[in-house]
Amino acid sequence: MTETNFSNSSLDTRKRFESLVMGAVDGELTREEGAEFERLIREHPEFRVEFKQFIRIKEVTKSMPMKLPPEEVWDTYWYRVYNRMERRAGWILLSIGAIVLITYGLYQFVMNLLADRHLETFIKIAIIAVLAGAVIVIISVLREKAFVRRTDPYKEIKR
Amino acid sequence: MNNNREADESELIRRSRMGDKDAFGQLVCIYMKRAYFSALGLVSSHEAALDLSQEAFVRAYRAIGKLDPERKFYTWLYQILRNLCFNYIRDRARHARPFSELDEQKMQQIADASQDASSRVETDELHQQLRRAINLLSPLEREVIVLKDLQELSYKEIAEVLGCPVGTVMSRLYNARKALRNSMKEYMNDRN
Repeated sequence: MTETNFSNSSLDTRKRFESLVMGAVDGELTREEGAEFERLIREHPEFRVEFKQFIRIKEVTKSMPMKLPPEEVWDTYWYRVYNRMERRAGWILLSIGAIVLITYGLYQFVMNLLADRHLETFIKIAIIAVLAGAVIVIISVLREKAFVRRTDPYKEIKR
Repeated sequence: MNNNREADESELIRRSRMGDKDAFGQLVCIYMKRAYFSALGLVSSHEAALDLSQEAFVRAYRAIGKLDPERKFYTWLYQILRNLCFNYIRDRARHARPFSELDEQKMQQIADASQDASSRVETDELHQQLRRAINLLSPLEREVIVLKDLQELSYKEIAEVLGCPVGTVMSRLYNARKALRNSMKEYMNDRN
């Protein structure tokens, strides 16, 4: 029983150390927490060793250099963003226009087809079946994409 | 000073919301390096970091009407950027490149001139080892290391950027640094 209590107490101390050590490494502890942490590492030399290792890790990480891209990358950065924005607007207009025209064209095509008295009925049915099939496939693909988007594991990440 | 900067930023956001591209261009110029280096820390490739950071600005411009005026621009932009980066990482998982762009060129540029050759070699080796260790971290752990140690954000700022409590930031950071320490333990013991 005493041994169990001792283990629990060690575990709690360990957990407390873990909850404070990052704040101590990054200098983000309050005064009270700082004093508590000081006491912990004074009473537990193994925690002090660990604390020093974390400080060392932070020092090495902070001193790790980042490769600087050439200066012209920054000179042309906004220009490239601007071009993308402009191009995106162009694509949206192009797509909307194309969808409207294609839909209208198909509608006219089907109407003319139905009005054509010289064309065999089974040909008319076959052409309409091809068009209906294409529409179903497109809708199915779009619905699948929407489903994938809904079940995306990264969806919790706010856009 | 800080208040002036925030006021300027609010004004730029306000103008951007009204379609003023010059104002948005100024926001881009203020945050382009930060966005680029954030992306670089996550995706480890210069080309991808440049592409993703620029794409994040394009999406931000399109959605700027939804930006809460009380929110900081970069915090909001970063969420768009990290989403793009995580999607990129997920898509390219099989062809993942090492943390290669955080490499030797700049290391040599900033190396202390007074440092002798042998200690510089040791530092280089240490950084290479660390780069490998960072590359083994999960994207979420790598992200918190980038935000804390490379971007030098406070816990509060990181929590704001990630949209999670400060306690989560601390535990994620603890796990990340513990993993780094374990990966580098032997190596660092040799050097100490």
